[in-house]
Amino acid sequence: MPTDTDTLHQLAKQEYKYGFVTDIEADNLPPGLNEDIVRAISAKKGEPEWLLEYRLKAYRHWRTMTEPEWAKVDYEKPKFDEIIYYSAPKEKPKLESLDEVDPELLETFNKLGISLDEQKRLTGVAVDAVFDSVSVATTFKDKLLELGVIFCSFSEAVKDHPELVKKWLGSVVPYTDNFYAALNSAVFSDGSFCYIPKGVRCPMELSTYFRINSAGTGQFERTLIVAEDGAYVSYLEGCTAPQRDENQLHAAVVEIVALDDAQVKYSTVQNWYPGDKDGKGGIYNFVTKRGACRGKNSKISWTQVETGSAITWKYPSVILQGDNSVGEFYSVAMTNNRQQADTGTKMIHIGKNTRSTIVSKGISAGFSDNSYRGLVKIMPGAENARNFSQCDSMLLGDKCGAHTFPYIEVKNPTAKMEHEATTSKIGEDQIFYLRQRGLEMEDAVSMIVNGFCKEVFRELPMEFAVEAQKLLSISLEGSVG
Amino acid sequence: MLEIKNLQASVEGAEILRGIDLTVNPGEIHAIMGPNGSGKSTLAQVLAGHEAYDVTGGTATFRGEDLLDMEAEARAHAGLFLAFQYPVEIAGVANSYFLKAALNSTRKARGEKEIDAVEFLKLVKEKAKLVNIDEKMINRSVNAGFSGGEKKRNEIFQMAVLEPKLAILDETDSGLDIDALQVVANGVNKLKAEDPERSFIVVTHYQRLLNYIVPDYVHVLSGGRIVKSGGKELALELEDKGYSWIEETVGA
Repeated sequence: MPTDTDTLHQLAKQEYKYGFVTDIEADNLPPGLNEDIVRAISAKKGEPEWLLEYRLKAYRHWRTMTEPEWAKVDYEKPKFDEIIYYSAPKEKPKLESLDEVDPELLETFNKLGISLDEQKRLTGVAVDAVFDSVSVATTFKDKLLELGVIFCSFSEAVKDHPELVKKWLGSVVPYTDNFYAALNSAVFSDGSFCYIPKGVRCPMELSTYFRINSAGTGQFERTLIVAEDGAYVSYLEGCTAPQRDENQLHAAVVEIVALDDAQVKYSTVQNWYPGDKDGKGGIYNFVTKRGACRGKNSKISWTQVETGSAITWKYPSVILQGDNSVGEFYSVAMTNNRQQADTGTKMIHIGKNTRSTIVSKGISAGFSDNSYRGLVKIMPGAENARNFSQCDSMLLGDKCGAHTFPYIEVKNPTAKMEHEATTSKIGEDQIFYLRQRGLEMEDAVSMIVNGFCKEVFRELPMEFAVEAQKLLSISLEGSVG
Repeated sequence: MLEIKNLQASVEGAEILRGIDLTVNPGEIHAIMGPNGSGKSTLAQVLAGHEAYDVTGGTATFRGEDLLDMEAEARAHAGLFLAFQYPVEIAGVANSYFLKAALNSTRKARGEKEIDAVEFLKLVKEKAKLVNIDEKMINRSVNAGFSGGEKKRNEIFQMAVLEPKLAILDETDSGLDIDALQVVANGVNKLKAEDPERSFIVVTHYQRLLNYIVPDYVHVLSGGRIVKSGGKELALELEDKGYSWIEETVGA
């Protein structure tokens, strides 16, 4: 009779279900990075001079920086001169409807269960599909435009709303911020731009599906979300990637600005190829995500479900500048096989009466390593700041690791901080209890893990929560044994 | 229903069961009593298929199948239910979700149609009424934050919904006040009345529960063996004379 541990291991050995490559001709620049490549990217995109200057400054700064080493991850450093920094599908016409979209691309989305068509008709979710760096379809734009909401690809925003992009680009994550943010600022290919004008509550959840496709292509997405006074938006980001043998670098930057009384909710389900069971291949995910609560009473909320990537290095953060502003971070990070994740958040309290909540759930299986790293900083002017942090780790099997690195800096004596942390091993007794009631081993483990993550899942929009639970179950397959 | 022959089992190398023989026919209630450490709970866990226990000898046949060769969930599908001495807490999982999944997994294994949410709710209401348990229990997380008594009631409730052929109650009476004890006993009696072919093995340390659940047979377990069997009067005799009486008598 196999033991529970054996079953966990069998579950973990399951192949990546979304591993396939779409055969669309790509228009690539030669590999490597220098000022000419930066200029070529900018030229290909027909960008204005100021943006080229921005890229060049970022590139020059990047040259002076070294790759960070402090994260608890171990990997072969990307060879930056072998990466192709720009790739766009060759057929790139202006599209009026889905009929004009490359059928093969639609097929890819169908395989992922993300039919734009269906999304368009049934769900009321406007989808800006980013496929290998260039947006190919944007829906619902007209309806959003009526309200003054701008939701488009970053490139379009540069063309149509240059003053907004110029005003806010780099205002939360400057190009000097860190190694990967500098790299992204120099070579970002495309991404999403979202602008909610004063007093507008965006009536639908804005959603972007990212998908890395062209072999050896680094993806450098750039996302900018601006919510003016009293505005509200819920933004969804979800990713899957095809199976690969060579490591793919992903270094995105997401910036969020919330002005007075504005609220932004940013939800992510991330499922990039994690590498095979020996850790071969898989995405390197080095992402800088940060929101700034610039205005009073503003709120930024990050919810993430991370199941993919070989290496994850990601700390969605909130700068709580406006008085009474609120920052939230809800995270589920699941690692299996040889995956490594170092993820968490930073809450920087600057304004008075600022509040932050951190709920982090880490699940490690196989031979994986899963770290929570979080910083809560209370600045001298942040009277009556409050933070609540809860970091729970669950271990499946006895060959994985879970770590918690909380950093707390308090420079104002009125601050109230609470921190709770637990680590548990999934109980043989729990599994036995569920099996005794008739549940199969995999279902039992999946149920226990989903229960463990419930506090985070309930923060996700409904349909995303369902997807996240499925994803977790898929990721768990072969992890339990 | 269940036929156990010379069953031996150990945990981490320590021999606990040293040759158990027990036959349970359809519709019978067997009480298993004995002092602490005699192997009562081990017997319950081994029959339910807990992997921490190694079966080192003997056989167990459940409804014509080799019980010891089946996975824990397959035993459940075949109609074996264990009410746990210490029901496990599972945070974040609603009782209703868990129980519906368990029921459907069993129905699927038996080749029956899966039950939908509406039918399930109807079943839950019916069974809650049958065993006199507040149906609101279904909305709470599995045993999380339950009192000792609530956990035991939840076991009886699950048993009612899953409709087993053979239910093993592992010291379900321990730590219960008299009201909770009556709820548990009443649940068992109602389920017995619902299906007269249903069998029960009631593992208990005290005679008290047997005032409410009247057994057909009482067995005394000592040192991993059944050292004495008899009718319900044996339980009263034990209550009167204590376990040392048995141990002296059989020289165990």
